[in-house]
Amino acid sequence: MKCVIGIDLGSTTTKAVVLDMDEHVLGRGITNSRSNYDVACDVARTEALLDARFNLFKSGIESFQQIVGDVDAFTEALRQGFRLQQHLETLGELEATCRKLATSAFAEDEAPRVTAAYDSVFGAMHDEAEELFAIDAETRSDFFRDIAGSSYMKLTDDAARDAELSFEKLLGIYDKAILLVEAHVFNVDLSGVLGRSLERALDNANVGEEHRDEFRDVVKHVAELELELAVTVGTGYGRARLPFPKEWIRSEILCHGLGAHATFPETRTVLDIGGQDTKAIQVDGAGIVTSFQMNDRCAAGCGRYLGYIADEMNLGLHELGPLAQKSTSTVKINSTCTVFAGAELRDRLAAGQKREDILAGLHRAIILRAMSLLARSGGVDNEFTFTGGVANNAAAVDALRILIAENYGEVKLNISPASIYTGAHGAAIFAVREFLNPTTIEEDAAAMAGGAA
Amino acid sequence: MKNELDVDAKPVIDKEQSMLVQKKMIADHFTKLTQAKDLGKKVVYTFVPGNLTELMLSFDTLPVLPEINALQSGMRKMSGEYIAEAERHGHSEDVCTYVKCDIGMMLKGNIGPTGQKIPDPDLLLLSYTGCFTFLKWFELLRDRYPNCPVAMLHVPYQGEGEYTPEMVKYVVEQLQKEIIPKFEKVTGNDFNEDALKRLLANSAIAEEDLVWVLEAAKNPISPIDAYFGGVYYIGPIFTSFRGTESAIEYYKQLRQEVQARIDAGLGPITPDGPMEEQKFRLVVEGPPNWTSFREFWKMFYDEGAVVVASTYTKVGGVYDRGFRHDPDKPLETMAEYCLGCYTNLNLPDRVKMMADYVKDYNADGFLMNSVKSCNSFSSGQLVMLREVEKLTGRAGGFIETDLVDPRYFSASNVKNRLESYFQMLAQKKAGPLESAEEVTA
Repeated sequence: MKCVIGIDLGSTTTKAVVLDMDEHVLGRGITNSRSNYDVACDVARTEALLDARFNLFKSGIESFQQIVGDVDAFTEALRQGFRLQQHLETLGELEATCRKLATSAFAEDEAPRVTAAYDSVFGAMHDEAEELFAIDAETRSDFFRDIAGSSYMKLTDDAARDAELSFEKLLGIYDKAILLVEAHVFNVDLSGVLGRSLERALDNANVGEEHRDEFRDVVKHVAELELELAVTVGTGYGRARLPFPKEWIRSEILCHGLGAHATFPETRTVLDIGGQDTKAIQVDGAGIVTSFQMNDRCAAGCGRYLGYIADEMNLGLHELGPLAQKSTSTVKINSTCTVFAGAELRDRLAAGQKREDILAGLHRAIILRAMSLLARSGGVDNEFTFTGGVANNAAAVDALRILIAENYGEVKLNISPASIYTGAHGAAIFAVREFLNPTTIEEDAAAMAGGAA
Repeated sequence: MKNELDVDAKPVIDKEQSMLVQKKMIADHFTKLTQAKDLGKKVVYTFVPGNLTELMLSFDTLPVLPEINALQSGMRKMSGEYIAEAERHGHSEDVCTYVKCDIGMMLKGNIGPTGQKIPDPDLLLLSYTGCFTFLKWFELLRDRYPNCPVAMLHVPYQGEGEYTPEMVKYVVEQLQKEIIPKFEKVTGNDFNEDALKRLLANSAIAEEDLVWVLEAAKNPISPIDAYFGGVYYIGPIFTSFRGTESAIEYYKQLRQEVQARIDAGLGPITPDGPMEEQKFRLVVEGPPNWTSFREFWKMFYDEGAVVVASTYTKVGGVYDRGFRHDPDKPLETMAEYCLGCYTNLNLPDRVKMMADYVKDYNADGFLMNSVKSCNSFSSGQLVMLREVEKLTGRAGGFIETDLVDPRYFSASNVKNRLESYFQMLAQKKAGPLESAEEVTA
């Protein structure tokens, strides 16, 4: 089937959204932007196309509800099974790379101890993988580097002590290995892995053999379905690196405006807080941008700020919001300078203030800065849509709600669960339009489309 | 405005005779400056807005314009070093970078753009027209040249959006009682009204041609870029040459060249050659960035954006609203010139000027270039943006750069914003798109 894709190369994450020609979302994919944008782009695209296949699978088994009960849950089980396979394969690659790098990093007489340490570390990582990708598993990062990094660090700490090896050296090996592992896209045997994942999901759902062929047929169909990418439109911080014709590159301002409009057609103001920039955008009734403001020269108060604070507090990024929400008395923080905020944080902690109260203050500080850009762009009009990665942070949303109400009265605030994909979504809509009304020459288009995937 | 002192730089418009003419005018002027003492000529430091060039020339003095020296230093990649020098002497990061660049240049020997030393001033003539920083700048110059007399002309601000006969009278009285006597004292010459009148008559002729050139941008294919090219065209008339025969010749020449481009249906000539396609017609507010001038310009012509009108090309005189120097009332006309300076206009009038330009020049949009270190004119630009949007229905864009501090030109950020802005204009020009369907997935 013909489809298009929008890719948003952000400074932190790269997002992709696949649409059919009626502008319906088929799938979404995300990955960390890493040092190699081309790979990030490939991975996000692959992930979005995979997601499209899972969604098509879900549509394909809608009529099997009486067999599996909850179709969504069953699809999720299939997806988790697939993710597990993917994870194990990448983990295998990481293990092989670490072992190889260790031979030159450690002295010969240390080699047996390194082998033993890695046996124990990677053995445990393989063992815990099943649990990580269980249906009822706790929320975890989407990215292999986060999951593997956190386990490796924890396990290596003990293993290094037991084997009397340098912990720092083992960490250094990981840092090198993860870059190598991330630098290429794995070619997954789609039918095979999906088939194995299906059997696992069917087992879990206690589906009898008499029904299994019907599911196998659906999996076979979606695995073999040709998803032909007609047009790819790129946006985001790294868009200039994309190997597309100029007409296929769109400003992230336009993409966020259009993406927000597509999800919430009554939107008139859009706030996007991404990794390194904050954009305040006004759109008209057709999603056309009429005015915008974005931060200049300084990325204070953007997503990276939260990342830095999370590191400073030794927390996961996703843990910040929930902790800040426990605050009973917000600490007033004036600095949105990322570096100064770290100093302010330590100072407040030393003064005995609670972590949650400080965090609530830091979230408010980010939003205060965004309020200034909103004012500069022309204020907030009903409806107001908050997009970008920071929109996933509940404490940031709370602070925004309060400040919007204080400054602009009651306006409807939209936040899509897929808010992080807004830019890629807008880019994908541009891709549909580009397909319907091409502005680039055909030969270029054919060469750049990325072909069938 | 930059190239009048930019004698060594390769001219941007290589094949235009007017550019070569301007180069020679500037070179001659600087040669005269270096020989000033030998020639017995007095040197007057003054600013572009509200400059009293005809009066200076009637006394046979030689003007030096510090902000032109600063922008020249910016073009020549010297400003960073000069600014650092000024900061070492205690000037804050937030001070106008023209000031710091100028002071830094003086601290490092006052070597001008031609590599020759600029002579010390014999008179510091502060014609104050709206920029508060000019006062502080001249206080610094006064400290640097404590034995040099200072003449200050106070021009009342057009707070109500127009100037009154009383204001004109007030300025004329200062010319009579303060400025002219100081010139007489410094030069030892008597005021020569006839000479002044002849110069003023010459000014009006050149002004007529300048306005014609700027208004040529109303053509559907604009033969000029009224911002990046415009800064060259205003050179002679905004600086040391207004009132001279050479300025008349320059503008005559320029007019012929622009007429030739109109006849041939050609657009402006950029550093990369003639501009092929004009996709967007823009009005721009604020001075250009000088440290990355060509890179900045390229961001426009690469996207097919041509500037059809700009407020910056009016800082040394707002001639396209009808004002011409009038030799029949020499002092009044100089007073009216100063009162009508762009820097002396209030915010609503600046809004009106922008909105008129958008309409008169059939612009697709307008852009504010906010200057980080300019407190006088960058404040209020956001309000202007909103007001001009309301009055014209055209979309405004906003970028932030600086005059001559290279640290404040972030090319990737400016480019990012400009690209977004141009794409926004393209989207608007294309008309409303079909509303995307609400997604269900």
